[in-house]
Amino acid sequence: MSRIYDVAVIGAGVVGMSILRELTRYRLKVCSLEKMEDVAEGASKANSAIVHAGYDPIEGTQKARFNVEGNNIFADICNELDVEYKIIGSLVVAFDDHEINVLEELLQRGKRNGVKGLEIKSQEWVFANEPNLSRNIKAALFAPYSGITNPYKLTVALFENAIQNGADVIFGFEVCKIEKDGDYFVVHSTDSRFIKTRVLINCAGVYADEISKLAGAKLFKIYPRRGQYYILDKPEKMPVTRVIFQVPTEKGKGILVAPTVDGNVLIGPNSEYIDDKDDTATTQKGLDEVFEKARKVLPNLSKRDVITIFSGIRATPDTHDFIIEEDEDVKNFINVAGIESPGLTASLAIGRYIAGLVSRKLNAKKNLNFNPYREDIKRFSKLSNEERERMIKLYPSFGNIVCRCELVSEYEIVEAIKRGARTIDGIKRRTRAGMGRCQGGFCLPRVMDILSRELKIDKTQITKFGKNSYILTEKRWED
Amino acid sequence: MEKYKVVVIGGGPAGLAAALESFKSLDDKKVLIIERDKFLGGILNQCIHPGFGLHYFKEELTGPEYAHRFIEQVIESQIEYLTETHVIDITPEKEIVAVNKKGLKRIKTDAIVFAMGCRERTRGAIMTPGTRPAGIFTAGQAQRFINIEGYRIGKKAVIVGSGDIGLIMARRLTLEGIEVKAVVEIMPYSTGLRRNIVQCLDDFGIPLLLSHKVVKIHGKYRVEGVTIAKVDSQLQEIPSTERFIECDTVLFSVGLIPENELSKKAGVVLDSKTGGPVVDNTFSTSQKGIFACGNVLHVHDLVDNVTKEAQTAGRYAAIYSQYSELFENNIHINIVAKEGIRYVVPQKLNKNFVQPFVLRFRVDNFYKDAVVTISNAGKILIEIKKSILTPGEMEGIEISQKILSQLEFSNDIVVSLQNI
Ligand SMILES: Cc1cc2nc3c(=O)[nH]c(=O)nc-3n(C[C@H](O)[C@H](O)[C@H](O)COP(=O)(O)OP(=O)(O)OC[C@H]3O[C@@H](n4cnc5c(N)ncnc54)[C@H](O)[C@@H]3O)c2cc1C
Ligand SMILES: Cc1cc2nc3c(=O)[nH]c(=O)nc-3n(C[C@H](O)[C@H](O)[C@H](O)COP(=O)(O)OP(=O)(O)OC[C@H]3O[C@@H](n4cnc5c(N)ncnc54)[C@H](O)[C@@H]3O)c2cc1C
Repeated sequence: MSRIYDVAVIGAGVVGMSILRELTRYRLKVCSLEKMEDVAEGASKANSAIVHAGYDPIEGTQKARFNVEGNNIFADICNELDVEYKIIGSLVVAFDDHEINVLEELLQRGKRNGVKGLEIKSQEWVFANEPNLSRNIKAALFAPYSGITNPYKLTVALFENAIQNGADVIFGFEVCKIEKDGDYFVVHSTDSRFIKTRVLINCAGVYADEISKLAGAKLFKIYPRRGQYYILDKPEKMPVTRVIFQVPTEKGKGILVAPTVDGNVLIGPNSEYIDDKDDTATTQKGLDEVFEKARKVLPNLSKRDVITIFSGIRATPDTHDFIIEEDEDVKNFINVAGIESPGLTASLAIGRYIAGLVSRKLNAKKNLNFNPYREDIKRFSKLSNEERERMIKLYPSFGNIVCRCELVSEYEIVEAIKRGARTIDGIKRRTRAGMGRCQGGFCLPRVMDILSRELKIDKTQITKFGKNSYILTEKRWED
Repeated sequence: MEKYKVVVIGGGPAGLAAALESFKSLDDKKVLIIERDKFLGGILNQCIHPGFGLHYFKEELTGPEYAHRFIEQVIESQIEYLTETHVIDITPEKEIVAVNKKGLKRIKTDAIVFAMGCRERTRGAIMTPGTRPAGIFTAGQAQRFINIEGYRIGKKAVIVGSGDIGLIMARRLTLEGIEVKAVVEIMPYSTGLRRNIVQCLDDFGIPLLLSHKVVKIHGKYRVEGVTIAKVDSQLQEIPSTERFIECDTVLFSVGLIPENELSKKAGVVLDSKTGGPVVDNTFSTSQKGIFACGNVLHVHDLVDNVTKEAQTAGRYAAIYSQYSELFENNIHINIVAKEGIRYVVPQKLNKNFVQPFVLRFRVDNFYKDAVVTISNAGKILIEIKKSILTPGEMEGIEISQKILSQLEFSNDIVVSLQNI
């Protein structure tokens, strides 16, 4: 296989996909190279899902710039892509005078970063508006434009829209060697495929330092920093209606409690440097730490409602800021590295910035056929009964409920497969089948039936998330 | 809109028995069963081991055989049923909204019987740390893949949880050629039946590790092993007792939770101990005309008990649908679980229906030589000596007419346990 591109993006996370989609606004042949079998297999699937207001990063940094820009355009892009985004506001709560001083610093920093609407609220205001919070809270910084989204659905939506507009995404392509051939980079994968490209963009998340090194570009170091989470079952009434942060420390923004756009409660993350960039394990120690700290703000929190635990790995750069630049020595190689938090928020702005940069570089014309709109799969759970009835008339499979906890229909699963889902986790992230309180206990075999039928593969070939993550090992007998 | 006298939600053993009994008791025989799966029979369809029906049929049947006897009767009686039909909503006015490939159905009925069964607790619910590779199953998933679909799910397994389901699955996996390295149980005792420990573990040389827990799951793509450790009396890991067990499969069998999402939508009051509706001795929930039985009410270990309970629920549902006035002005007395008793079902006695019934309960711990007493107004009505009581085994006590006649209705009925 050999393909020739104008631009190739390594890594199909939210940053890579945002860049890819923005690139399709131009008449360029573009692709993304991803080592896994699906998009959003890295940090983009396991984070806090917060669209930050922008008072955290130090002014003048790339983080500050792209955070604020990202927040400003988030609503519009989510609208184009039919992705959930709710501006619910956030509170940073302070427990003592020292912490109140920090709130004041954050407020000033936020103002300098151009964040609108920041205010320090009194204890009374906090309890009147968030009655379940601890009575030990003394004051809080209120940021009205903080929001919540669905990070992996956003990544999927960017991917689908990029594909619609002509981009390629090559899965299972683990970049292991980068050579120069005239004006082209020759990018090789571990399974001996290669592509050629004029511009190469590095969005490889925790592995971005290694990719930069492969390209002979700037040397920097990415330290993996893990954060662990709990997801609680959908409560009848949300214990908090805003994102509740604690005062940040050296180690980051601290443990938060927040509603998710799907109606669950998210608690986490802690922060720990780890040795292995792929070590997404949760640990008893980490989980205990998260729960204890979350209890400090929300004393009534109960482990009874936990439906799952997970962790995500931040790509923390030794430069202490996002590295977003064309390499000084290796022309046309662009690092988009060290994109830790607020990388999700920043991703959409980074995409625009990089696409602008690349299009100017390549003198690219506008793609007049670019269509910014992408429609989400029609969701059984979100429609009225009348609309459901209409859908079932058109598509009988819309009336076949496969995931009982989240009310996901067969139609949605088939649609997810048509749009690129190949694995159990891919379907889960696109449809929520298996994300409910029974965690796939009921629907896993049913989802496998559909995958096997639609992809015309034996069930022993189905994986949870690619490579060797097989669910079943052997067929014992035929029906 | 279609109209029924009784609609049963769920076509497992509870639903089938309730529907049959309603049908018998009704003049206008409009009974409907709604089942979301392809077949009637519920979870029994995948339980191909023997051990069902010993009490009810006095013979040992497999799950599908047991279910079949009821399915046959349902078909003979020409009771209507819908399969592959999912009930998504019940309004407080008892209008049922169900969906299938043909469309959305709204169904009116005089009475409803909830028989939706239960779901399994998961690795996430018990918060077992580690990675999240493929090869982690609940017992029910494994059972379906192996028994119904004919697949092998791995080569070497560790089973978490030693209740009957965990034990039975240990044997099942072994028979399928999967090496079961251990059954790991956090409590100092198994909640499974003695018979199952012998027949499912001892006979196959599978170690049962009591007071142990899986503290970490390893593996990137597929499970590569688990770390287990001993726990103390607080169920906390004892440091330096960790041990790695290599395996590619972890099977969680760590408890069942009644499936009450619909009950919540219908506004039914739930019992925090059982996870199921609060019912009286007619199996009536807090919503008039809605009854509940089987695993949706509380988790049973024996299907025979499910059947008997469901028959009662079905009968009262039929009575309600014909003579709802009998259920007007209900006066209830509470049946309360005290020392040593985790829960009781039913939780109430309906003064309009003071008829003999079986009081079912579970104890909260492992007890040797204890007495269970049922008292009322300070008076002990029943005293039963038991040499062994475990939380894993559901107990039942007949409340006879004679006992009922001694009740003082202004007072609670109290169930408690004393050591001797
Ligand atoms: C715990 C945690 C909490 C966070 N919370 C927030 C938040 O609330 N708000 C916010 O704005 N941001 C948050 N972030 C940050 C945000 O999640 C990340 O900035 C963002 O997801 C980064 O996206 P990415 O595309 O750069 O990286 P990733 O999503 O990690 O994508 C990198 C991709 O590169 C691929 N790849 C790696 N090496 C190779 C190779 N050799 N060949 C081919 N492909 C390769 C990987 O498989 C992966 O798909 C959080 C992050 C973490 C970890
Ligand atoms: C592994 C295992 C081993 C067992 N071994 C034994 C044994 O040896 N001996 C013994 O006596 N018992 C045994 N049991 C227990 C026995 O099987 C159960 O107690 C019994 O099946 C419970 O019956 P049920 O009807 O309440 O629930 P289920 O059998 O679970 O039936 C509930 C039905 O309701 C349907 N349903 C749920 N929600 C909806 C909805 N919204 N719309 C439509 N339909 C719905 C479900 O699809 C299901 O078919 C075992 C159970 C298991 C899991």
